[in-house]
Amino acid sequence: MDLNRLRQDSEFAWRIPVQAPMTVPGVLYGDREQVLQMDDKVYEQLRNVTMLPGLVGPVYAMPDAHWGYGFPIGGVAAFDADAGGVVSAGGVGFDISCGVRLLHTGLQAADIKEAKSALADSLYANIPVGVGSEGSISLDPATMRDMLEGGARWAVDQGYGSADDLERTEERGCISGANPGAVSERARKRQRREMGTLGSGNHYLEVQRVAEIFDGPIASDYGLETDSLVISIHCGSRGLGHQIGTDYLREMLLAAGDFGLTLPDRELACAPIRSDLGQRYLGAMRAGMNCALANRQIITHLTRAVFREYFPQAELTLLYDVSHNICKVETHVVDGVARELYVHRKGATRAFGPGNPDLDESLRDAGQPVLIGGSMGTGSYVLAGTTESEDRALSSACHGAGRAMSRRKARREYGGRQVVDELAQRGIVIRSPSLRGVAEEAPLAYKDVNRVVDNADRAGLARKVARLEPVVCIKG
Amino acid sequence: MRRRSWEHFEHDADIGLRATAPSREGLFEAMAEALTALVADPEDVRPVESVSIRCEAPDDALLLTDWLNALIYEMATRRMLFGDWRVSIDGHILDAVARGEAVDRARHRPVVEVKGATYTALSVDRDSAGTWHGQCIVDV
Repeated sequence: MDLNRLRQDSEFAWRIPVQAPMTVPGVLYGDREQVLQMDDKVYEQLRNVTMLPGLVGPVYAMPDAHWGYGFPIGGVAAFDADAGGVVSAGGVGFDISCGVRLLHTGLQAADIKEAKSALADSLYANIPVGVGSEGSISLDPATMRDMLEGGARWAVDQGYGSADDLERTEERGCISGANPGAVSERARKRQRREMGTLGSGNHYLEVQRVAEIFDGPIASDYGLETDSLVISIHCGSRGLGHQIGTDYLREMLLAAGDFGLTLPDRELACAPIRSDLGQRYLGAMRAGMNCALANRQIITHLTRAVFREYFPQAELTLLYDVSHNICKVETHVVDGVARELYVHRKGATRAFGPGNPDLDESLRDAGQPVLIGGSMGTGSYVLAGTTESEDRALSSACHGAGRAMSRRKARREYGGRQVVDELAQRGIVIRSPSLRGVAEEAPLAYKDVNRVVDNADRAGLARKVARLEPVVCIKG
Repeated sequence: MRRRSWEHFEHDADIGLRATAPSREGLFEAMAEALTALVADPEDVRPVESVSIRCEAPDDALLLTDWLNALIYEMATRRMLFGDWRVSIDGHILDAVARGEAVDRARHRPVVEVKGATYTALSVDRDSAGTWHGQCIVDV
């Protein structure tokens, strides 16, 4: 990215000044080197978003920002419905409510040394993953409606987990305002055999070792200790969310002219929040979020069943579950005034700081756990929301490492077998239906997650708490 | 006249499909082949089952995304891969028969499922020599 087009606000914040037809500035977070390495498309896409109506405050790009479609991945934008603000299907994307859930195991790394390979085989055998896999749960129309309205609460009511899980899930497992009636028959059909499936691409289930603690008191609050084992689940709303995105992107694109909207990029398809289309999309998208929450809850249940076979004493409790592709109504103080905003986070994680009333009481001192997925080889992070993140980026942080290399290039550079063997030498067991898929997800195809997280921390978006290293990776 | 061809092009997060063909119908068939090639080798897909697809859109570019999204939907709900396509287009109405088979995880070794076709960097054009060019970024 050409830094001459940016104004440097601080060591870790760079501004795209307002120039017509922009209505608000863009702000990119990262150090000089990181922003320099970002694709010019990030600049272009962030600038495009600043032209949408009803924006409040700057549009932000997180330190892992990269070229997406419509919004950059790592983009955050907030709209005020009373100021003509819009909701954008392109600003949420196809993978509605994709997110990360982290589970404690109560086990130490040494405990699974002997069983590691067999545990990996069992997880791979029992958790549907990859193209063509199917879940064992089939939803009839009435059950589908209940799931779309109830989210993880519905899943718990069906016996997939316990009420304690909900206390540590965003929205306590169920977002209100879901409208199953706004979800097309095609979307429902696409989901019918996909409950409790991981999917493919960058989705995964990992057993991870807590490799390093950066903030002892918060780690203690979160129950994280060096060498303890946790489980990370990264997936979303599966076919239902993908089809909701497809349906509404098209409808919003075709209706843009009727609303008098000029779209700088067709993928920014959107509709006024105060319109029938905007409301229908919000209702469908929230149903998609509930689907994602139910999906991660069911996968949790399947994971617990596998662990019980090997470690009957292990109790898999939730640290947290948070989404990173979503539009949510949140109250933020802007210029001293509390305003209800529709915050789009596309490849960005909500990061509420200490004291936020939306957090469970047990998390109000430490702040919200911010779960950052890395690549198979480089590890993941737990961060904590900070108070200052509210002013910096509407309480948002990065969501992952971000790709440094396209899938095609990764495939040319690495062999899947080579990646599996190299990781095995480092004690990381991979199970995947596709070696080509493993090659496309090779660790070096991603940016340095350490640097992304360091910059999120130094920019004040979230505080580093712990680094996690993969031990077993089930990859789609 | 040149035969149809396709390629995948670079995109940071996802992947681009690009194709060239002597006819609009050929272009849409080539883009469908590029879509399958994201998941598995199209040569490995046997044309044992047929699925009819109809799309209508206001312009060629949207017709292309509708076509790709219709294929993505059929692949997802039928758990199928397609390896042969016969497309006819009248104005901006597409009628097609896609032929393929159920995903065989051992034989096809499917790599990734496709979530949807996007409108980013989307184009369908005909050059002065009459050759059709198209491209689309898909989310995987």
